[in-house]
Amino acid sequence: MSNATPSWHAPAEALLLPLAALGASLLAFGTFVWLGGGSPVQAWTLLFQGAFGDAFSWQNTLQRAAPLMLTALAVALPAKAGLTVIGGEGALVLGALGCAGLPYVLPVPAHGAGTVMVLCAGALAGAMWVGLAGALRQWRGVNETISSLLLGYLAIALFKHFVEGPMRDPASLNKPSTRPLVEGLRIGPMAPDSVFGDVHWGLLMGLCLCIASGLWLSFTASGFALRVVGGNARTARLVGLSTDRLIVLACALGGAAAGLAGAVEVAAVHTAANAAVIAGLGYTGILVSFVARHNPWAIPPVAILFGGFAAAGSLLQRRMGLPDASVLVLQGFAFVFILAAEALRGRLFNLPVPSRLRLTPPPRGATS
Amino acid sequence: MSADAWIDLLLAIVGGAVRVGTPFLFVSLGECLTEKSGRINLGLEGVLVFSAMAGFGGAYLSGSPWLGVLMAGGCGALLALLHGLLCSLPRVSDIATGIALMLLGAGLAFYLGKPLIQPQAPQIPSIGLGAWSASPSVQSALAINALFPVGVLLAVLMAWGLRNTRWGLVLRMVGDSADAARALGTSVNGVRIAATTAGGFIAGLGGASLSLYYPGSWNEGLSSGQGLIAVALVIFARWSPIRCLGAALLFGGAGAIGPALQSVGVHGAYHLINAVPYALTLLILVATCSPKRAIPGAPMALGMSR
Repeated sequence: MSNATPSWHAPAEALLLPLAALGASLLAFGTFVWLGGGSPVQAWTLLFQGAFGDAFSWQNTLQRAAPLMLTALAVALPAKAGLTVIGGEGALVLGALGCAGLPYVLPVPAHGAGTVMVLCAGALAGAMWVGLAGALRQWRGVNETISSLLLGYLAIALFKHFVEGPMRDPASLNKPSTRPLVEGLRIGPMAPDSVFGDVHWGLLMGLCLCIASGLWLSFTASGFALRVVGGNARTARLVGLSTDRLIVLACALGGAAAGLAGAVEVAAVHTAANAAVIAGLGYTGILVSFVARHNPWAIPPVAILFGGFAAAGSLLQRRMGLPDASVLVLQGFAFVFILAAEALRGRLFNLPVPSRLRLTPPPRGATS
Repeated sequence: MSADAWIDLLLAIVGGAVRVGTPFLFVSLGECLTEKSGRINLGLEGVLVFSAMAGFGGAYLSGSPWLGVLMAGGCGALLALLHGLLCSLPRVSDIATGIALMLLGAGLAFYLGKPLIQPQAPQIPSIGLGAWSASPSVQSALAINALFPVGVLLAVLMAWGLRNTRWGLVLRMVGDSADAARALGTSVNGVRIAATTAGGFIAGLGGASLSLYYPGSWNEGLSSGQGLIAVALVIFARWSPIRCLGAALLFGGAGAIGPALQSVGVHGAYHLINAVPYALTLLILVATCSPKRAIPGAPMALGMSR
């Protein structure tokens, strides 16, 4: 093995490994469909047709990708600080609750300023929830993965309690909901008259926040400090960084992103907080963040890809009669393969070649 | 409420502690075994859902609940084997793999279990410990899942085996010091894969008692975090199988408060009362963990306790 690794190896791996993992998961999904008696080729075709086939599917895809970008940030930012926090789902539903609930306690002006207020309420609710997981870990040593998941279940219970109880709109008969946001508070489409008429401003928010997070991590002192903490907490303490505060900050920012996702879902899609908000967007966000290797700049394309697969789910259901969980299966495979691909990092271009395929004898003393 | 109603409520909670606690018991025993080897398997949540589906399917197709139980254990072991193998690869974190398994297990279970939502499967029989009493509420409270005694036996056996057998010693050694195990020529990954797989089998029995005893049907909302609570429960039980039994009953009791209150006609704050186990878990974690020292009894190689 040579001592100097060519400089293109790392970026090439960063691209090739996730792509290979995605390919493998599509292959596994195809096999799975085939075992069930379906045609894998049809499943793959429908998957991409339903995601990116025409303007309508693109619109559906982008609409689903918007919250995924934000919930993925909820995993990526704490991950940069060395934490595995998966409380995005909880932060999202509380964000939705905060957004729909603010008009109950405050007279919110029914125009742009009010929209900003309800969105901030959602972000704040999410920030507190995930920030709590970070704080519990730093000050009480509670494993943050477990606590964030438990907090997620608690958040869903709180959400259901308020939506079906104290905050229920009496007009919502079959499907308990909060009172809908007044027209002026809602978020409209970005280009109402184009073919992408349903794509709302949330997509732009997600994109901007991903880009901003990347800029923060790469080009600011506090972003760098955060990455030092994530790389080696001991070193960080030795050089005098306030690890605790940075970690809680990363968690809170991530939670704010997921909370904002919930608020946007209410303000742009559902208009009120109800059970439709609990759609597993937080869990898919975990996958998106892992596939993007917790790199905020890589999150938008990955979110669009998985948003697309989610959008294609109903097509798979209608055309092939596959259960609606088929997208979940694909996501599960993708997660497993993406982790397995991690084992090849740094070795992809140095894989041991079986000796009979080798053209020249290996140099003396070489080890793989 | 009258005195009778209070007694009924108490009985319902006691009976519920066993009924709701049985899955907790199996999953926490499975997790305990896994963690003793130095790995944490958060994916037992996925294992629980998947094995509940497999157990239900097995019982439905074969007509025998016990074949279903076996099927549940086998499928749980398979999924856990995947966890064990993945974590043996270099640079693969057991926590991340657990999250992946949660997603995969749920996805596979919902996909394959779609046709199982309607039908009824033969159930695991119950043992009527309340036959001495004439009161029907005592009898129904003391009708116990036939898997529960199996779990109790397993807890005792595990506690004894970990302390007194060669296998138990090897398992604890791998969990406490992988280097020492390597120096003695033990295959660390091999032991961990075996422990994770066996843990998956045990957790799978918990899945079977969900779908084949209580609530006794298969649907997509069958497990909502029981697997995860059980992981936290092992920390609370400080990695002792016997204490896992106590903790499982405690959590079963907490989980039974909601249905028990409903059965005596109290309906307020339904969702909040059902969330009591999550809150209890969190509180216990906050109370038992400390940032300064590892939790006593924790396997040294466990990533969580460092």
